[in-house]
Amino acid sequence: MMTNPTGRITQGQFSFLPDLTDDEIRMQVDYGLSKGYAWSVEYTDDPHPRNTYWEMFGMPMFDLKDAAGLMMELGQCRKTFPNHYIRLMAFDSTRGVESIAMSFIVNRPKSEPGFGLVRQEADGRNIRYTVHSYATDQPEGERYAG
Amino acid sequence: MTAPLYSIPGSTQADVSATAPAASAVGGARTVNEVLAQSQVEAVMDELDRELIGLAPVKQRIRDIAALLVIDKLRASLGLAADGRQAKPSLHMCFTGNPGTGKTTVALRIAEILHRLGYVRKGHVVSVTRDDLVGQYIGHTAPKTKEVLKKAMGGVLFIDEAYYLYRPENERDYGQEAIEILLQVMENHRDDLVVILAGYKDRMDIFFKSNPGMSSRIAHHIDFPDYSSDELLAIAERMLGAQHYHFGAGARDAFSDYLERRMRQPHFANARSVRNALDRARLRAASRLFADRDRVLTKADLTTLMPADILASRVFQAAAN
Repeated sequence: MMTNPTGRITQGQFSFLPDLTDDEIRMQVDYGLSKGYAWSVEYTDDPHPRNTYWEMFGMPMFDLKDAAGLMMELGQCRKTFPNHYIRLMAFDSTRGVESIAMSFIVNRPKSEPGFGLVRQEADGRNIRYTVHSYATDQPEGERYAG
Repeated sequence: MTAPLYSIPGSTQADVSATAPAASAVGGARTVNEVLAQSQVEAVMDELDRELIGLAPVKQRIRDIAALLVIDKLRASLGLAADGRQAKPSLHMCFTGNPGTGKTTVALRIAEILHRLGYVRKGHVVSVTRDDLVGQYIGHTAPKTKEVLKKAMGGVLFIDEAYYLYRPENERDYGQEAIEILLQVMENHRDDLVVILAGYKDRMDIFFKSNPGMSSRIAHHIDFPDYSSDELLAIAERMLGAQHYHFGAGARDAFSDYLERRMRQPHFANARSVRNALDRARLRAASRLFADRDRVLTKADLTTLMPADILASRVFQAAAN
């Protein structure tokens, strides 16, 4: 049985759906703005599920009123990192919440090689399992060049 | 493994229709009245007429712009809209005029009108000056300008005293960088924001001469005339009315006299000077009432400005000496 038959990593919202179009992204962003969230753009080329903190592309954008500002920033990020994972995150600054309220991937590499299962022989006959992204065999910045 | 083995649900339907809500706001209208009724722009224009005194050329230009947008909407509903980059008329504006002639107030109203007509999506006004756009060291200006532009998107960016952006005496000034980013966004994102530059006429002319690219990207140059003394008096009465004050017997004439004298003095800032004069008159009225501690104050006492409150002004004392 294949673990990830679609060959796409599934992290954050909407990741089981086809990629959102720009208009759909804009509507999601407008929804977040109407809730008072602050949007930011992040990118990475290490898709490991435990890689929580991606690189920030510019500052988080507080005080936005319209999605156009974020789309401009996203356009620039896509131009700079066309073959990276890029996600948009909405930060809810309500006191007591103060965490990420929305997060979804808006850009993927052309091919996503997925993950391999790594077995480690431990004490006795024990086996420890972990996942390993094939992409990370390459050095940073060269992982999705193809 | 590049090609997915399963089909992703929904992936075969390439065009998911995500229509912007604003686009359909004025759908199906056939007459000017229908567009006006649907966008309720008439109410804002009437308010503009009623609440702003004078400024006839400015109001006329705003009416023209609103008319163009209404007609464009009707054309669009018949499929006559221009396509591509020319789809929307460029609405960047330049307001020139002396201080206190209502440039900021009109900018707020224009944002409201453009929002009602669906030209800008949110209709907020971000008011900035040089300090908000230009950084202090290398590499500081571009992010700063872009942040302001991002905040203003979907609304109106109002740049007060825009000519300070360009400092010809210092060729390493970062203002030029801000202007370049501004120009780029004004051209490429004209759907997303409207830029309004404001400032004194003569300095604005010099600014445009040294930045021809800026001048050619601004379609509407609107000149704000100075107010006549009658208009200023009407403005004063309106300001007082908003604060629940009114002129007592003779006070209106005294204020008219005050305005005549004040207008001849330097640094006269039209409506702003009127507001300051009224604020000072209110201070004097308050001290006058405060001095008489045992008197029972009626509503009339508390809302009336007496001639003495106005005649105590410095302007009259200078004439007496």
